[in-house]
Amino acid sequence: MPKITIDGKEYEAQAGQTIIQVATDNGIELPHFCWHPALTVAGNCRMCLVEVDKIPKLQIACATVITDGMNVKVNSPAATKGREDVMEFLLINHPLDCPICDEAGQCKLQDYAFDHSRGVSRFVEEKTHKDKRVAFGPNVLFDGERCISCSRCIRFSQEVAEQPVLTFVNRGDHVTINAVPAESFDNNMSMNVIDICPVGALTSRDFRFKARVWDMSFSDSICPGCSRGCNVRVGVRNNEIMRLEPRNNPNVNEYWMCDYGRLSTYHAVNDERLAGPRMKDANSLQQPTDNDSAARRVAQELSKYKKEEVLILGSARMPIEDNFLMLKLAKEKFGKQHIPFIPHISGQDERKLLRADKLPNAMGATLMGLVADGHYQHVHGEKAANATVLELLRSRKIKAVFALAGNSLADAQLLEAFENVEFFATCSSNDNVTSRRADVVFSIAQWAERDGVFVNFEGWAQQLRPAVSTKYYMRGRDQMHMSRLDRFGSPYDKWARSNKRDAREAWRFVQLVAKELGSMSDHAQHWKYQHTEEVFDEIAATNPEFRGMSYEALGDMGMPVASNKNAIVQPKYEEVSQTSTMRVESVGSVIL
Amino acid sequence: MPTTSKYNKPATRRKLSLWEKLYLFEIVRGLLTTFKHLFRPKFTRQYPEERWDPPASFRGRPVLVLEENGVERCVACGLCSRVCPPLAIEVRASETELLKERYPVVFEINMLRCIFCGFCEEVFPEEAIVMSKDYELAFTDPSQGIYGKDRLLTPKAQLKDRLDFLAKMRN
Ligand code: SF4
Ligand code: SF4
Ligand code: SF4
Ligand code: FES
Repeated sequence: MPKITIDGKEYEAQAGQTIIQVATDNGIELPHFCWHPALTVAGNCRMCLVEVDKIPKLQIACATVITDGMNVKVNSPAATKGREDVMEFLLINHPLDCPICDEAGQCKLQDYAFDHSRGVSRFVEEKTHKDKRVAFGPNVLFDGERCISCSRCIRFSQEVAEQPVLTFVNRGDHVTINAVPAESFDNNMSMNVIDICPVGALTSRDFRFKARVWDMSFSDSICPGCSRGCNVRVGVRNNEIMRLEPRNNPNVNEYWMCDYGRLSTYHAVNDERLAGPRMKDANSLQQPTDNDSAARRVAQELSKYKKEEVLILGSARMPIEDNFLMLKLAKEKFGKQHIPFIPHISGQDERKLLRADKLPNAMGATLMGLVADGHYQHVHGEKAANATVLELLRSRKIKAVFALAGNSLADAQLLEAFENVEFFATCSSNDNVTSRRADVVFSIAQWAERDGVFVNFEGWAQQLRPAVSTKYYMRGRDQMHMSRLDRFGSPYDKWARSNKRDAREAWRFVQLVAKELGSMSDHAQHWKYQHTEEVFDEIAATNPEFRGMSYEALGDMGMPVASNKNAIVQPKYEEVSQTSTMRVESVGSVIL
Repeated sequence: MPTTSKYNKPATRRKLSLWEKLYLFEIVRGLLTTFKHLFRPKFTRQYPEERWDPPASFRGRPVLVLEENGVERCVACGLCSRVCPPLAIEVRASETELLKERYPVVFEINMLRCIFCGFCEEVFPEEAIVMSKDYELAFTDPSQGIYGKDRLLTPKAQLKDRLDFLAKMRN
């Protein structure tokens, strides 16, 4: 194995690696703009200049392949001066409009201006002017003046999105980026260019100006948009999700997420939420109630019917913990071996990322022992053999339904078939057809408000973590991430007086119902879970697929379930601008 | 064991003479000062009928500068809210068709929190938020202490003194 020396320390390397790869593998961050670990090397920003012994000129670390015994100097006077000069050139035509730029606070140019620049400009002439607010497709806006021509977006469009429509035009200081005429950069991965653009030249039409980076808290979680389960970071201000950004997980989504997931999944957390549990009164009008009376009513109603007249429905929108307890309830109280969940297949699998299966936990639910309902599973193909939920409902064999979650009645066929149901209880987080039809509805936490485990279609178990606080999850107490505003705001500040919802994990309501039912039999002692983690620990202890797992072991990257031990790709380098956000946050606490 | 350090001596009091003990002369001297001031010009102001006009360097209530064309100078960058030590400022930005791209939809200063430090004025290079001469801040209800855009926006002409002062101090 070749060895190289960086600033006097020796590191082991692999033949064929470049200097910047060796450095980042060993935790040394070399300044760079154009190099991105998932893209080809372009070597055009010159920010990564280092001094290499026996080579007269400074070399770019991103394109210089190492040789055994190479001696690299990063902090030598020559290399430092080289980087300072590059920064001076880059800043000549930069508009320095950080105050209105969304990237400010997580911008590489800003960071390096502090760390690798002399901080003065000798350029007194007029800066060049370029087009601003140019739309590259429906979701991405481009500001020509801020662009430093690193070509990351161009390479992304060619290599990852595979829609090569972005290109450099003009030369010298007039160089800028255009989308090919008559084409727009319109694909389901387009918004990733916003994350990889090292400056604020590419901005999101959806997010533009919604919040400053240093006012948001960022919590790691999982996108619930489809069965891929991309790792995301949830940006929250005043308890409202402002944006999602992808988080590197080499086993699942690498550095990317799709635009569908980024734009469509957070509204369900912010908007149209149920205020609390509701129950229909004697006149069939839903009225607010409390969880205990709601659970009592569900238990009373369900025990009126024969066991085979009751349908228990799981949900692949919910983490495995909820489904596990729902199945447990069905087994103990209603003598069922399996319960169905209603799949949601729409569209085709995209070549990268987005899956046709739009439920985040279909695999997890299946591993828990739930069965995907045949009718909806094969709605595009041949029909299933055994009786489906739809057939059961139509045959009037079912009188009462208790569902875990999901807006299943958005499906017209199901809604019609529900005519025959005498009692319907469900858990729901949003106000929708299903929650309005229900006789009893519990108000449950959305994906960003809770713990839980999703298993993606490849059998990768991953953890949700709360990013938005509810009446039951508090930022300070429950070790959620806190922004500066959360830390220093008081309830008397409008910007801290956020909307904390009365929403809890669905399994708690399953447990409440089980307890109410239990008073009629002898099972009550099993139902003593306090926290989602306890449910998961029981799953890990009883289900061989999850053996050896715990929330701690799952960590940020998740683990494969037993039947699917893919080779685990070790994450090497975290290419995010999060460091600077952290820096802003820590500076904040020093000043304040 | 008694210490004999020179720092450790018991405090001594000066002995007063009989004249000093009587105290009469000191009282008369004090009264004389009072009488002298009866015939000097008055300093007391009949506030609120008579108001004080502060100098340009005065740091009163921070306000937003309204340009002649009726648009606020502020671009909602949030730097004032970032630097404000007691977190008195809330800014929420949105997009505008104007050249400046962003503007504040919500701009609120909680005057119950403000400590009149002037950091908000200092942090922004274009003087969009400046300290006015307004020192009359009395509320009958805490919610009145939160000043929204309606009460913050002040025409540039009214802030001429302060803007000139800032320009002078900058150069
Ligand atoms: S828009 Fe951003 S990513 Fe693209 S070349 Fe310019 S600076 Fe690089
Ligand atoms: S591919 Fe699926 S999981 Fe990933 S971001 Fe898109 S919707 Fe979310
Ligand atoms: S004067 Fe100081 S305390 Fe008052 S709003 Fe400005 S920065 Fe905040
Ligand atoms: S990172 Fe090496 S030249 Fe841009």
